[in-house]
Amino acid sequence: MSEPPADIATEKVVAGHPAVRALVESFDQQFDFAPGLLKAGENQVCVRVPPDRLLEVMTFLRHDARCRFEQLSDLAGVDYLQFPGATDRFAVVYGLVSLTHNHRLWVKCFVNDPDPKVPSVVAVWKGADWPEREVYDLFGIVFEGHPDLRRILTWEGFGAHPLRKDYPLRGLGERESYPVIGRDHA
Amino acid sequence: MTGEWQATSRTMIEPGRDRRVERWTLNFGPQHPATHTTLQLVLELDGERVVACTPHIGYLHSGFEKLGEHHTYDQYVTVTDRMNYVSPMANNIAWHHACEKLFGIEITPRCKAIRTIILELARIQDHLLCLGAMGLDVGAMTVFLYEFKPREWIYDLFEEICGARFTTSYTRVGGLMHDMPDAWPDHVKSFCRRTPEAIDDMEVLLTRNRIFIERTKGIGVVGHDDAIDWGLTGPMARASGVKRDLRKDEPFLCYEHNWDGAGSSPPQFKVPIATGGDVYSRYLVRVEEMRQSLSIVEQLIDNIPAGSVNVEPEGKRTLSSKSEVYFSIEGLIHHFEKIMTNRGFTPPMGEAYGAIESPNGELGFFLVSDGGNAPYRVRCRPPSFMNYQCYPQLIVGHQISDVPPILGSINIIAAELDR
Amino acid sequence: MELTGPTGAPGHTGQPAYALTRLDKLLAWARRNSLWPLPYATACCGIELMATAASRFDIARFGAEAMRFTPRQCDLLVVAGRVTIKMMPVLQRIYTQMTEPKWVISMGACCSSGGEFDTYAVVQGIDQFMPVDVYVPGCPPCPETLLEGFMTIQRIINEGRARPSHQRGRGLRIRVEPRSPSQSSATEGGQEG
Repeated sequence: MSEPPADIATEKVVAGHPAVRALVESFDQQFDFAPGLLKAGENQVCVRVPPDRLLEVMTFLRHDARCRFEQLSDLAGVDYLQFPGATDRFAVVYGLVSLTHNHRLWVKCFVNDPDPKVPSVVAVWKGADWPEREVYDLFGIVFEGHPDLRRILTWEGFGAHPLRKDYPLRGLGERESYPVIGRDHA
Repeated sequence: MTGEWQATSRTMIEPGRDRRVERWTLNFGPQHPATHTTLQLVLELDGERVVACTPHIGYLHSGFEKLGEHHTYDQYVTVTDRMNYVSPMANNIAWHHACEKLFGIEITPRCKAIRTIILELARIQDHLLCLGAMGLDVGAMTVFLYEFKPREWIYDLFEEICGARFTTSYTRVGGLMHDMPDAWPDHVKSFCRRTPEAIDDMEVLLTRNRIFIERTKGIGVVGHDDAIDWGLTGPMARASGVKRDLRKDEPFLCYEHNWDGAGSSPPQFKVPIATGGDVYSRYLVRVEEMRQSLSIVEQLIDNIPAGSVNVEPEGKRTLSSKSEVYFSIEGLIHHFEKIMTNRGFTPPMGEAYGAIESPNGELGFFLVSDGGNAPYRVRCRPPSFMNYQCYPQLIVGHQISDVPPILGSINIIAAELDR
Repeated sequence: MELTGPTGAPGHTGQPAYALTRLDKLLAWARRNSLWPLPYATACCGIELMATAASRFDIARFGAEAMRFTPRQCDLLVVAGRVTIKMMPVLQRIYTQMTEPKWVISMGACCSSGGEFDTYAVVQGIDQFMPVDVYVPGCPPCPETLLEGFMTIQRIINEGRARPSHQRGRGLRIRVEPRSPSQSSATEGGQEG
């Protein structure tokens, strides 16, 4: 992970976002903040949560009155293999939206090879179903507790996880090895 | 690769049913007129009733997100055209909205106005096709042919402004490809005068049509809380009563107050919300959104601010205009530095997310930048993908002939779904 | 079917017999003016295909507005849009299910050559795995370009008469030469070489 810009202090981040304040007050854990590039309070605040506390934190964020993140807007994977200064390899990024309070929060959960595993949040938001399958398909991160974890965009038997940084753009020959039919094939 | 498809979803057994039921599996797609290009449904049927449904997607997965790591910020806009291909301009705007958030660029008021007008035209374009396809799916083929007429008018407008009728790639970081022609606002006004009648033609055929209502009312219902839980956005959510529209809740472009720095207020428009949650509600929401979009275009087209459409290129962030490139050495040098891969400006390191209210819902791009010319990671938050997840829940219990209308009402664009 | 003279001897004069030539021409005329396309629309080109079928460009002028989605009823497979390797088996199965005579248009840059998508999932040209008769360039091709592609298929049918696909071979052997201003206005496209 890159260093956050020096002018965004953690206190400002905590003070500017009510959900973050609620999180910091309710959990005894020290949370890391990766505020991104914009000023704190502009819906780009990101909280780093370890995998073992992820489900707890997500449930809290969903149900607490100050947070009320009813909707999971996005669930993405990022492979930080070639990122300068990165300490962990994979991150699962959750984008949460609160319709009641009209604010957003980003949550990041870092895992590493071999055997990257993250608890599934399908129990918290039903809409996490397919995005988690997609992250599993494209990165190989296993979501524990997912009801139906199988490949969704590539096909069963594809073998690789294409969005990993060590997989080439043009693939490893999967798109070329296929039977050819001619004009007289009936 | 086709393999033996099995209906692996949870099969619903009705309580109280004690006779042994013969179920059979039907493969629907991926090549089928009603599946809107490449979607596959494996349906388990009890006679005509759908008992279980497993969607299989990925037949158009082309590696868009991987491509993003190899294209620069201005080159990738050509790829975004091919995502939601019924309203390509909206994707262009969404992509550069996210890029400008990453770089911290504030675009000029003129650019904001033109982008907003184009976004609304793209919205009309998308809804027209969606409704035409919905009509086609229930057998009303005339609507499909009728709606292509205003779509062709919109194609003419886009061809005039950027040269391409379909895959436009019109936006750039910090601005647009080039400024609009002088005659364009008149053509847009003429379009705004002709289109309400075209939408009326469509409405006359469908809105109070007894057959259409019978086939779409009460079909494919999504409740309010379910819609939020599933992550639905756009007309799909608004038809279930969810009051959320990014144009009002997280304003961008001309929807913000004081968007031009001179105190202008955003255009007045209403966001249609329905409560039925069924296919008919989604139809009504889309028709009304088209009319509201026309109203927004009419309000803005006479008030496009003067000035430059690109942010000043001293920051070397936007491409200079062609006249500068050809006739001044500074323009030429700026141009080279912008396009060559080992030079050019260095975007800041970090991450950003930018979303707009696209015709289908919340279309956002999550960008990770490592300071290089090309993004480190591009993630597209596709509304079709999130909206399609709930489909098995919608279709179970309905007849097989309800499969196309519900599928059509979600407005799934396979390229956005699979990326 | 190779048409022979009335004596039955193959290639008696090297030319098909007069009466059978007329029948041949009649069949070719009927086939080219009533092509039933199978719109195998996967992506953006599918929308331009629909626009071609709509009223402004009107593919019905060519008798080709009967777009049926079942391969048994169609004679022209219009592959519109990028084809991923996951979709390839489906495409091949559709092609083999079509009955003779059949023609294939590869519409757009993506199915002709992979187009913009040189990635792990997209087939770099469907002609790697199945026969193609006409390639229509463009991303997406303008409806006028697609109609030019249709007209080329009609010329193939004219040339190829009633022969099935495997006897027809490939292409029209069209050689396109640049037009000099001094030449009188010739037909668009090329000269048959």
